[in-house]
Amino acid sequence: MTSSPAKRVAAWDVVQLARNPGRPTLRDYASRMCDEFVELHGDRVVADDPAIVGGFARIGDVRFMLIGHQKGGSTEERIACRFGMANPDGYRKADRLMKLAEKWGLPVVALVDTAGAYPGLEAEARGQGEAIGRSLLVMAGLKTPILAIVTGEGGSGGALGIAVGDRVLMLRNAIYSVISPEGCASILWRDGAKAPEAAEALKITAPDLMELGVVDGIVPEPDGGAHADPALAIALVREAVLENLRKLSDGPSGDRLVEARYRKLRAMGAFDPKKAVKA
Amino acid sequence: MSWFTKSSPAAPPEPLPDIWHVCSKCQSHIFKKEWEDDLKVCPKCGHHDRLGARERIALLVDPGSFREFGEEILPSDPLGFADAKGPYAAKAAAAVKKLGQSESVVTGSGDVNGRRIVLAVMDFRFLGGSLSTGCGEKIVLAIEHAIQFKRAFVMVSASGGARMHEGILSLMQMGKTCAALQRLAAAGLPYVSILTDPTTGGVSASYALLGDVNIAEPGTLIGFAGRRVIETTIKQKLPDDFQTAEYQRDHGFVDIIAQRKDLKSVLARVLAYRVK
Ligand SMILES: [Zn+2]
Repeated sequence: MTSSPAKRVAAWDVVQLARNPGRPTLRDYASRMCDEFVELHGDRVVADDPAIVGGFARIGDVRFMLIGHQKGGSTEERIACRFGMANPDGYRKADRLMKLAEKWGLPVVALVDTAGAYPGLEAEARGQGEAIGRSLLVMAGLKTPILAIVTGEGGSGGALGIAVGDRVLMLRNAIYSVISPEGCASILWRDGAKAPEAAEALKITAPDLMELGVVDGIVPEPDGGAHADPALAIALVREAVLENLRKLSDGPSGDRLVEARYRKLRAMGAFDPKKAVKA
Repeated sequence: MSWFTKSSPAAPPEPLPDIWHVCSKCQSHIFKKEWEDDLKVCPKCGHHDRLGARERIALLVDPGSFREFGEEILPSDPLGFADAKGPYAAKAAAAVKKLGQSESVVTGSGDVNGRRIVLAVMDFRFLGGSLSTGCGEKIVLAIEHAIQFKRAFVMVSASGGARMHEGILSLMQMGKTCAALQRLAAAGLPYVSILTDPTTGGVSASYALLGDVNIAEPGTLIGFAGRRVIETTIKQKLPDDFQTAEYQRDHGFVDIIAQRKDLKSVLARVLAYRVK
């Protein structure tokens, strides 16, 4: 059984589901959704960031480049990959793999699940801002299709850094936000405990983002959430990947694909005088 | 004071100015007139105070050459957002009225020592210079204008990051502006990014650090994550110079640090190397 996408759930409850540590991680999708995964390591500059994992992947005879945030399963693993919060090296690895996909003619599938980019000393010293900005530039110009799926948490720039897609999907209980509800509450409400109100106001659930035109589709989840039946959750994502890669392969390619991606982005938040604030 | 022009003739009369300016960095008392003549740079410690967008434009382009466009683009409230202090729409409308400009960025064309450029200049006073749908739209229009007329594009950043009141659509402006920059690059046109205090969060993680040449004013705060967030996360104190323009230059992310009085001439010298 899967839950109906129409059912309205409180945003704060969705936040808890999106963050549930029992949800499938990138490595679960790599090993159980894909029939083959050949992991590729490193940014070719300084490091191999464990918070972003990528490599060649195959489902049946459909081959693609799989890239995603890795939050980790066990406590040790979660600490080792900084709970999926990437360093600049992670975004530079993603760039490298996306350019490789373009060169070899593979589409990119990006699975997004992060609270945000890692706020650390080394991350800043190595250019966290520049790395994410560069990724946005690379994705904008990439001459191969990009399918982005927010599988859990879509946390701000750290999420967008791998998620500029020709098609962008969200799992039913995923969230995607410019700032965490807690962060927003502590700044605008001056009280972190108002996070549930901030979560509602920010409009961060999959149906909200469909309505705002930021995502193109919602992937259903098992009743109770992806953690309740990970095998079914993974099967549903697999189905969505195949269906959407098929759509993308029927769509434009090369320069026309880049142009279509630009038009898609260009329309987000385009100015409508009727919706402007009255000054 | 020749470079300083009042933002709007319609603005209410200002109260009589205090003759002293107190430097926010070294607390020195400086004659306000002297401080303004020095382009709001402290003569004692060199602290570069923040400038509004129109002051910045007057500093960078030849007198009378600036032609604004995009001023019809006002803030929007796509979420119907309200927080503890009330509706965002009212807050945004108040900022428009107070500053006499339509968004957190002012865009147009102008000449730098006779060379026509397109520029987008952010204003920190407008809701913290936050990147919103209106701001993103204005920047993209400016970049498209630069492409159409084959001009160099100059971006002056001053921002705390994305405007959370507009939610996910603010975040998308990071992707949208970078996609426009990708087209500018594909057209072979120069992009000079000038980073001013502060350039942080989502703006640092989109267009601000992607210049063909990145120029910053001395002491400018440039970074992705906030100092306190990082200190809480890594449980250690950060060095004093952390995330300054000088730190970013030494780590490879800023090309040139220019004193405010030299900024225009440095920009002109750099732009002169575009020979194709
Ligand atoms: Zn001073």
